[in-house]
Amino acid sequence: MSLTGLAKLPVMMRFALIGAAAILMSLMLAACGSEPPPAPAAPASQASSAPASAPAAAESDTIKVGILHSLSGTMSISETAVHDAELLAIEEINASGGVMGKQLEVVIEDGASDWPTFAEKARKLLQEDEVSVVFGGWTSASRKAMLPVFEANDGLLFYPVQYEGLETSPNIFYTGATTNQQIVPAIEYLLGEGKTKFYLLGSDYVFPRTSNLIINKQLAAAGLEAVGEEYTPLGHTEYSTVIAKIRSAEPDVVFNTLNGDSNVAFFKQLKDAGITAEDLPTISVSVAEEEITGIGADNIAGHLVAWNYFQTTDTPENVKFVSAFKAKYGTNRVTDDPIEAGYFGVYLWKAAVEKAGTTEVAAVKEAAKGIQFAAPGGMVTIHDSNQHVSKTVRIGSVRDDGQIDEIWNSGAPVVPDPYLDSYAWAAGLRELAQ
Amino acid sequence: MTTRSSIMDAVRTVSAPARIHPAIGAWLAPAIMLAVLLLAPSVLSDFRIALLGKFLTFAMLALSLNLIWGYAGMLSLGHGVFFGLGGYAMAMYLKLESAGGKLPDFMFWSGLTELPIFWAPFKYAWFAFPMTFIVPAVLAGALGYLVFRSRITGVYFALITQALALIVSILFIGQQAYTGGTNGITNYTTIFGHSLNAPSMQITLYYVSVAALAVAYLLCWWLISSRLGRLLVAMRDDENRVRFSGYDPAVLKTIVFSLSAGIAGVAGALFTPQVGIISPSMMGIVPSIEIAIWVAVGGRGVLLGAILGAIVVNGAKSGLSESFPAVWQYFLGLLFIGAVLLFPAGIMGLFKRENWQRPWWLSTSQVRSTIRGLIPGGRNDRQ
Amino acid sequence: MEVWALQLFNGLSLSSILLLIALGLSLSFGLMNVINLAHGEFIMIGAYTTYALQQAALRFTGDAQSGITFLIAIPVSFVIAGAAGYLVENALIRFLYRRPLDTLLATWGVVLFLQQWARSIFGAPNVQVVAPSWLGGAVTLSSDLVLPLKRIFILALVTACIGGLYWYMYRSSEGRRMRGVMQNREMASSLGVSTRRVDSFTFALGSGLAGIAGCALTLIGPIGPSLGTFYIVDSFIVVILGGLGQVPGTILAALIIGMLNTLFEFGTTAVVGKVLVFAIVILFLQWRPAGLMRAKGR
Repeated sequence: MSLTGLAKLPVMMRFALIGAAAILMSLMLAACGSEPPPAPAAPASQASSAPASAPAAAESDTIKVGILHSLSGTMSISETAVHDAELLAIEEINASGGVMGKQLEVVIEDGASDWPTFAEKARKLLQEDEVSVVFGGWTSASRKAMLPVFEANDGLLFYPVQYEGLETSPNIFYTGATTNQQIVPAIEYLLGEGKTKFYLLGSDYVFPRTSNLIINKQLAAAGLEAVGEEYTPLGHTEYSTVIAKIRSAEPDVVFNTLNGDSNVAFFKQLKDAGITAEDLPTISVSVAEEEITGIGADNIAGHLVAWNYFQTTDTPENVKFVSAFKAKYGTNRVTDDPIEAGYFGVYLWKAAVEKAGTTEVAAVKEAAKGIQFAAPGGMVTIHDSNQHVSKTVRIGSVRDDGQIDEIWNSGAPVVPDPYLDSYAWAAGLRELAQ
Repeated sequence: MTTRSSIMDAVRTVSAPARIHPAIGAWLAPAIMLAVLLLAPSVLSDFRIALLGKFLTFAMLALSLNLIWGYAGMLSLGHGVFFGLGGYAMAMYLKLESAGGKLPDFMFWSGLTELPIFWAPFKYAWFAFPMTFIVPAVLAGALGYLVFRSRITGVYFALITQALALIVSILFIGQQAYTGGTNGITNYTTIFGHSLNAPSMQITLYYVSVAALAVAYLLCWWLISSRLGRLLVAMRDDENRVRFSGYDPAVLKTIVFSLSAGIAGVAGALFTPQVGIISPSMMGIVPSIEIAIWVAVGGRGVLLGAILGAIVVNGAKSGLSESFPAVWQYFLGLLFIGAVLLFPAGIMGLFKRENWQRPWWLSTSQVRSTIRGLIPGGRNDRQ
Repeated sequence: MEVWALQLFNGLSLSSILLLIALGLSLSFGLMNVINLAHGEFIMIGAYTTYALQQAALRFTGDAQSGITFLIAIPVSFVIAGAAGYLVENALIRFLYRRPLDTLLATWGVVLFLQQWARSIFGAPNVQVVAPSWLGGAVTLSSDLVLPLKRIFILALVTACIGGLYWYMYRSSEGRRMRGVMQNREMASSLGVSTRRVDSFTFALGSGLAGIAGCALTLIGPIGPSLGTFYIVDSFIVVILGGLGQVPGTILAALIIGMLNTLFEFGTTAVVGKVLVFAIVILFLQWRPAGLMRAKGR
């Protein structure tokens, strides 16, 4: 149009060259990643970089393990701390002689709060780095994205967060609570306290919806019905209308499955509306010590939470764990349930590998059956068939300083039951889920 | 958007040569690219090929955005939606095949007892595959017609499509029973009875992606060198003149927007089997903006530029995030700023000096006068 | 009846928050035709400024709940966010005035950069700002009609901001120049108005208002690196509905959207409410593409 034709041929030739060069460059960039990431003698966790040739991995003097959490994006709020705890466990293990005398070599990947990225990085860890095990994931969505990758590549994933149950992948160990270790006992506890009018409030995604499906069945079995059920979009920050709805429904208790940031807005605005924990207690299953820091302890003090572990849990292992965590990451940091589950997951894997005498997946899975570990939150045991762990259920009340006082516990570890087979009211869940 | 800034001229020169040296100019670069892509599997590991296959679907998506942004001047910030719709249509087919006649897992979690009516036909490939193109194209056509008829252009169009991205992703998250909610649709394992995870299947899908990209490229190339293409560029530069010449810009724009959305949908349909998941996070606001940056980095208004941009940016993202997760965000941020400020014509314009823009902190005289302007009482005399 | 009165108040309260966020955006959008996606990040800067001030007060006086700190934080947030806006305008945006779509991309780069920066300074988890104790209570009109003091405070703050903006635009000489540039840039320039300076100041003013919004939002919402993204799209919708650069239009639009949103949300669910509002706005733009109020002249 405006320039003469003369100048154009060279331009076009240049494009061809640039084009080819750029493709080659990006391919090379991508290929560079196929070597183990340049991890110069970092913390004790990263021993000498292993030879890249994979088949020899079993004979090398290190064992590669992967950590895959969101270190950027919205979920990094929660996942960074779990990543820290897993690193701590690996460091401790290396300091005490490693696994079967071999040091653990960590490959860290970032899931970037994006589910396809989780799938991509999981594939990379299994196919390129050939790690023996991956510790990672937080959201159900990230787990669901990784699941087919682990099954297809016969990898091993330790997933550290409480979740909605109804899943047993042969390639995943679930170290967080399933529904019968958190939600179901929480409702039982509330029923025992004489609560009859439940208001179910959650963020609009899988965990709250599935939890509430189960809760509704459970309430129906008790001859009750929820007085309200409300979902808000993820990241919702305006709760005055929801609070008005809650007010007019006049419940005894709000069962809260809100996610992340929404909790901050909800509890601040609940307090502003003049509703205290005495007027209307709430019980939360996604609010732990880490989240309380952001909500502000004074806004949530007196409300209830249900977990398997609190920072205040009174075991010798926990005293050691909390002080080690604070020593490594700073005294202002707190520990909570998923952090603890991430931490003991590494030890469970270590115990299974040492029992099996190899890192080979089938052998480790076989050896893992019934493996026990004295975790900070009490004894945990891997279930023989469903690869979840038995753990103690605890209900606590939030203190003014952001810590949680345990007010009830299940006494003994609860055997995991992801399909709720042992509950009559949940009949049919398993058939439908498979 | 009638401003004749230097970038438009640059872009125009870039896109023009096809007519002068068709044999060399228009074919050499794409041919080299195609050759590199076809040969890549013999060099790279299976994992890298799967990754590159994913990038190719992104490249196709960028190509579709480039068609309407680079050539027609309409920046759509909702292209992730069209990509996602195509991906969902494909995922519905794959999920139904894997479920083997039973209800997909997420439906039952959400309390459904039988397959919704609109899901049923997706078990047939002959229905599902065309739908990956048709659904996004129809949605874009409907929205586009409403929007273009009211002569909403430029910034408004960008913001309205952004709102579309928000609404659709909220809707998909909210309708868990029908869409799988935030998790999206995942855990499908076979296509036509073959395992999706087998290396041979991944290579096949890779070649299918290369072929689809080549077809999309040819389609776009044919379109822009046709009369319609010239009208598009004319509308970008002065819509009223086109209108006064007797064309209806609303109809023209709607056609191209719809076509572009359809291509994006097919890209999504290729993405789904290769990555193993489609979720609303692909349709939200953030990915839709990222698509624009691939195009901007590669070079707007140059078909090849979009492809290059998508591959280079995503390659860098994968490479960098493997080694330095935190740095990636900074890098991406600077890439956005740098690409727009310093190299508005992208990679494709990199070697033409007049395409370089100099910000004030690279020009001493401007720095001086800016500082003078900041001193109280000083005079800022650049007007 | 009381439920409706409460919802009216809730709608008003949501409107005030939307307005506080959208005001600054409307200014820069209207004056310079610039889309500033980083507007949400100036809100974040305001929120973190409040946090930092409170931490400092905690260290020196040991009293976090002091109302004084929060009152000081409002102007300080305004100044700091305004300064950040001034910087961004000068280093980046002014080169893109003729390319509005490009400002959109470049400011998105600023978004990513600032968010990651906040993450590295303050950490990824949310932080907490303790609300001053005198804002803790509520006005109880009846058992069902409880109006939180914080909401009333935000309403008052927004009213003050509009008042201040009105005074600035219509009573000060700077504001007169600004209106001049808004109405006819070339003419204003030829009459000796430094349009460059007006642009910078208006952008800084808009960013400063975002800073105040951030300060106010610490009272009711989460404070984290991605705080801005929660609000940005809503505020764009307000600005579009109001008409570009029309401050009265923006006010009206914020009222309408806030009220509709609470109404729909009360009647249905939060998800459906949001979708309905967006749909209505898009349909409305079919009828009046330029928004509620359109600029006269040019």
